[in-house]
Amino acid sequence: MSNAEKALRAPVREGKGLMDKKASTSEEWQAFGDTLAVASGAIFAAVGSVWALAGHDDPIRFHGLVLALGAVIGIGYVLLNARLPIDSSSYNDGPIKFATLASLFWGLAGFIVGDVLAWQLAFPALNLDLPWTSFGRLRPLHTSAVIFAFGGNVLIATAFYVVQRTCHARLAGRWSPWFVVWGYNVFIAIAGTGYLLGVTQGKEYAEPEWYADLFLTIVWVVFLLVFLATLAKRKEPHIYVANWFYLAFILTVAMLHLVNNATLPVSFLGSQSYIIYAGVQDAMTQWWYGHNAVGFFLTAGFLGIMYYFVPKRVERPVYSYRLSIVHFWTLIFLYIWAGPHHLHYTALPDWAQTLGMTFSIMLWMPSWGGMINGLMTLSGAWDKLRTDAVVRLLVVSVAFYGMSTFEGPMMSIKAVNSLSHYTDWTIGHVHSGALGWVAMVSFGAIYCLVPWLWGRQGLYSMRLVEWHFWTATIGILLYITAMWVSGITQGLMWRAYDRLGFLQYSFIETVEAMKPYYMIRAVGGLLFIVGALIMVFNVWKTVRGDAPVDLRDQPRIAAAPELRPTAAE
Amino acid sequence: MKKHEPFEKNSLILLIGILVVVAIGGIVQIAPLYWVESTIEKVKGMRPYTPLEQAGRDIYIREGCYGCHSQMIRTLRDEVERYGHYSLAAESMYDHPFQWGSKRTGPDLARVGGKYSDQWHADHLVNPRSVVPESIMPGYPWLSETPLNVEAIEGRLKTLRMVGVPYTDEMIANVRADIAAQLNPDSRPARALANRYAKAKAIKIDGKKTEAASELEALIAYMQVLGTMVDFATFDQSGPNLR
Repeated sequence: MSNAEKALRAPVREGKGLMDKKASTSEEWQAFGDTLAVASGAIFAAVGSVWALAGHDDPIRFHGLVLALGAVIGIGYVLLNARLPIDSSSYNDGPIKFATLASLFWGLAGFIVGDVLAWQLAFPALNLDLPWTSFGRLRPLHTSAVIFAFGGNVLIATAFYVVQRTCHARLAGRWSPWFVVWGYNVFIAIAGTGYLLGVTQGKEYAEPEWYADLFLTIVWVVFLLVFLATLAKRKEPHIYVANWFYLAFILTVAMLHLVNNATLPVSFLGSQSYIIYAGVQDAMTQWWYGHNAVGFFLTAGFLGIMYYFVPKRVERPVYSYRLSIVHFWTLIFLYIWAGPHHLHYTALPDWAQTLGMTFSIMLWMPSWGGMINGLMTLSGAWDKLRTDAVVRLLVVSVAFYGMSTFEGPMMSIKAVNSLSHYTDWTIGHVHSGALGWVAMVSFGAIYCLVPWLWGRQGLYSMRLVEWHFWTATIGILLYITAMWVSGITQGLMWRAYDRLGFLQYSFIETVEAMKPYYMIRAVGGLLFIVGALIMVFNVWKTVRGDAPVDLRDQPRIAAAPELRPTAAE
Repeated sequence: MKKHEPFEKNSLILLIGILVVVAIGGIVQIAPLYWVESTIEKVKGMRPYTPLEQAGRDIYIREGCYGCHSQMIRTLRDEVERYGHYSLAAESMYDHPFQWGSKRTGPDLARVGGKYSDQWHADHLVNPRSVVPESIMPGYPWLSETPLNVEAIEGRLKTLRMVGVPYTDEMIANVRADIAAQLNPDSRPARALANRYAKAKAIKIDGKKTEAASELEALIAYMQVLGTMVDFATFDQSGPNLR
């Protein structure tokens, strides 16, 4: 690395006086940190070994082994790297690279499992009559892989990237950021294999059992501490808006996770536990959690991505600072109340249902506040929508965000919900948010990040980004339109009466009617996977260092910061 | 904008601000469900699941049945006509966790108990298309081949008692006997079972070779008790509830 490059990468230098004073003690601190890292690794290895050797059932023995292996790999990494000098004046990008690649792996895995499920619904023989390939066990694998594994790794990668750049500070801690990314992925491996083995709490989007939950809690607290400590080190007086969203995401997900997963294990050496809540209280707690997993994991966190990557990529400031403030606080305040709209006309008391509906409708406004702020950031740069496919991914994701945050409040109206609930309409709504918003904004961020992190002049191919954009978009449209039609059809068939006042259709007739839509949906999903494969190829070529084939078609900003031409255009 | 500065310039103030703002909604919506008395209706007939039924419930959860089947009949005309009386909060008061579900790829199961014979369930679970040709449900042939892990059940009932399910010492002491009794209708233990768990129904599958309980029978026992506990003859719909 040339001196000039170092200077570009070295915003931390500006606080020079402090660094010198601390030099004498810094080595001791480093040794202390190394020891702490190895010791905590040893504790995890010990706990894992106890489960592996003395566990009461096969899953916990297997998961003990996974935990112990993960810990041993972690210890080995610390020991091998502890002696290497660290350039504490530069940013810490290693964990970010790891999480970025992990997100590609889990994303592809999650999309493929999802499409297998889609084909299973059209052709039930594909369940293969085996426990670990049947729909009921694969479904949580799909939801967790895409939300927590794919989405979570994207969020950790971008949060670590954004907080360093916007604070002009290196990530706090030497090993802690590595523990966050490695520990999080070990958690994913434990949770995911658990579903296939039938280990589940039976609560949607909160299926991991007590021991996986506990481990995740530790990882998450370290995540929060690393993030906060980096904010505390910042050289900028103001905390940038993206970081408010990241902080709200990390903090609220911790609260939701702790409350919703309060379980009592049957044995500390067994995999099973029972949740302390029952019936209606459990239902309310679960959907308070479930809807805010959407609100804070899939919305607030990804708005953090939008607030950094959209302005950065189009090289324009955020449209309205005042709007950011207003929509941030209203969004996080209102979202928490929306859970009961998952429980309309159920045994949940009416007052709670009405509260849930009212706040869900109000939520429309701050959601569109975010959309407007994202879209209007393009003011004066709308031509980039045509010239830069990465911008197109980012902008279309915000458009999908706007669409699904209109659809959501509409579906939360009790009269609409009486038709849509329990049908595929909900599935379509979720996927317009998950594929259209979350995945597309993630793809945009990944396409930005990869050349920036690996120090490349641009992506391997912009043309492949175009291909990815179009296959993914067509896939999403097939998916959500098929689900609208199937959902509304089935909802209407369930409530149809014949001339004599009897229910017109038996349940199985309404299942039969779904078949063509299930096939269209599965084809849409397949297109989405093809798009993701194109991305993996493109990223792989870029990381490997292959010269970009169409550098001329890429904007200045596509290059890593140290390689960017200084004069714009 | 000036007034917002403390939140932008101090990460701890921002953290506390976020915590306060996101805590309110949950507290207002969840906490009252524990003290507003009308939340759970006063009904006759609710009892804890028998050991066999609870074992079946654990299998229901393990296989992820809730991904496609709801257990919550809404207060809508067509649902009441299709499935039976709308579900009461009381009916899931001993359910840890609740299994109301969110999707009906298959039909609601809140009142499936007693609608089909044990044999129908056995055939249907092993190969759904043998009894419903158009069904898209997966088959679960391994359930009939997997013996029920009887040892594990006592510990589970004890744990459930700790989280609030009213299992008595007598119920806990007789877990094994009650499992055997529920598979063996005409026996003295079966009468003892019925005394401990009102209206507990024996499960009988034709042509079964061994005496040992399989996971299939446990799951069927759970299916057959769903929605059958509450005595609707004595249920007062106008009673104090907020629905």
